[in-house]
Amino acid sequence: MSDKLLVIGEVKEGSLRNVSYEAIAAAKKINEEGEIVGVICGNGELQALGEEMIYYGADRVITISHEQLKAYTSEGYGQAILAIVNEESPTSIVMGHTAIGKDLTPKIASKLNTGLISDAVDIEVDGDHVQFIRPIYSGKAFEKKIITDGLTFFTIRPNNIPALERDEARSGEITPKDLEITDIRTVIKDVVRKASEGVDLSEANIIIAGGRGVKSEDGFKPLYELAEVLGGAVGASRGACDAEYCDYSLQIGQTGKVVTPDLYIAVGISGAIQHLAGMSNSKVIVAINKDPEANIFNVADYGIVGDLFEVIPLLIEEIKKLKVTV
Amino acid sequence: MNIYVLLKKTFDTEEKINVSNGKIEEDGAEFIINPYDEYAVEEAINQRDEHGGEVTVVTIGDEESEKQLRTALAMGADKAVLINTEDDLEDGDQFTTAKILEAFFEEKDVDLLLAGNVAIDEASGQVGPRLAESLGIPYITTITSLKIDGDKVNIEKDVEGDVEIIEASLPVLVTCQQGLNEPRYPSLPGIMKAKKKPLEELEIDDLDLDEDEVAPKSKTIDIFLPPEKEAGRVLEGEMNDQVTELVSLLKHESKVL
Repeated sequence: MSDKLLVIGEVKEGSLRNVSYEAIAAAKKINEEGEIVGVICGNGELQALGEEMIYYGADRVITISHEQLKAYTSEGYGQAILAIVNEESPTSIVMGHTAIGKDLTPKIASKLNTGLISDAVDIEVDGDHVQFIRPIYSGKAFEKKIITDGLTFFTIRPNNIPALERDEARSGEITPKDLEITDIRTVIKDVVRKASEGVDLSEANIIIAGGRGVKSEDGFKPLYELAEVLGGAVGASRGACDAEYCDYSLQIGQTGKVVTPDLYIAVGISGAIQHLAGMSNSKVIVAINKDPEANIFNVADYGIVGDLFEVIPLLIEEIKKLKVTV
Repeated sequence: MNIYVLLKKTFDTEEKINVSNGKIEEDGAEFIINPYDEYAVEEAINQRDEHGGEVTVVTIGDEESEKQLRTALAMGADKAVLINTEDDLEDGDQFTTAKILEAFFEEKDVDLLLAGNVAIDEASGQVGPRLAESLGIPYITTITSLKIDGDKVNIEKDVEGDVEIIEASLPVLVTCQQGLNEPRYPSLPGIMKAKKKPLEELEIDDLDLDEDEVAPKSKTIDIFLPPEKEAGRVLEGEMNDQVTELVSLLKHESKVL
């Protein structure tokens, strides 16, 4: 029997998140020959988003537009996705390990009585065996996991499995589906936007993180400026969050977010083991710290010993120059 | 109000992880209450103090798990339940855990269930939502505020930095995010009292479960450490030059700019 792999797309501010394309690539890794079916929930015109999933490798896409799917709720999305799962009987389900992915997939797994491997960063296929690599202890170690019974259901961490090349020559069927969605018991009354505009921390390719050394809320301003010229996001250590220099939503570490950007610039961060757990698997790490003995230098690829308030403005200037010459 | 907290013991965050034969070395390691579950315990105590009722902390584990349960009792929880699977289960996954909890809660009259949004060891974040789904109650994950008024529940939920204001009603399961509260340290009188508080120990037989029913759907076949990161280069010279060199290295050597 040939595989059918369901990829649950996630829409944020009118576009699909990059991790949804990465999920298509992950599905392809499971079975190159399998049929990849994208699913998109939302309210309104979803055709163009469906096409994007096709360009990135999906064979066909099912769209479900409903008033109750305008904003995510586990109950609304759960009903929609379960209806599609029951109709399509996929052999695999893949989704991004985002706030929504984390919230939704256990519900579906429970309903289907299946296993679920959360937060995979890599997939190894050995014949018929699919092995998922996922970080444990916030990246202090990794485990290799297999599904032993039932559906191959997993989520992938953003930024780890590269998406396929976008190909506008690809085509496939996009089927709008009408569904009844009822009995929503949790109501979102309002959303307060607190996250900084632009790049989301968990998906950022470049992160500038500040620690206690940044000294104040104001001290974070140059970090935001640097993030802006680099097109990155700002994060923080627990020390900086506890000292109320910034919101807990920025915290990176064993409690907080675990990130794996291409470039991580640690500014005024000493490098406690809990913080390292959250970022030491970043591809390239730069440490800027006054204290030459700071532990962060032990994991950094490049280090500058110096006052961050001197270094960061120079760095901003240098990067601006680079952007002009490009 | 009947308040229950799901609790897991985890390695202390200070612990370095050692692996031998594809397994984590546990000998000599310090264990703590999973930090996110601590927020759940604290919140449960606060809600009980405001609305009355009883807080029961529940864990699945082994004999050693009593220590973390006693800590939660010392913080102020009223009762504890240890579901000891040491003799019955070799390994389980989130499916297993949720099934056991489902059997435990099936006959219980629950108003509010709290858990950490994730455990810092395996970090799947599955058990809370799985359990809520199987009990047929709504759940809200990663909450940073909880206000209860009669049957109405007002919640603030962290969604990647944004805050959703959510209305629901009891019974409900919530998972706790950092920022919800500041967990207290157990006081000395608290620790003394905790020794006398009821701690019930159950095995899966007591829950009318067969090992087959809770057989895991997934399996860990290996555990390994990430490659040791070598300390890199600390740049030298005039600060101006260092910064120029850094940007050049990032662009040409590591190609991340």
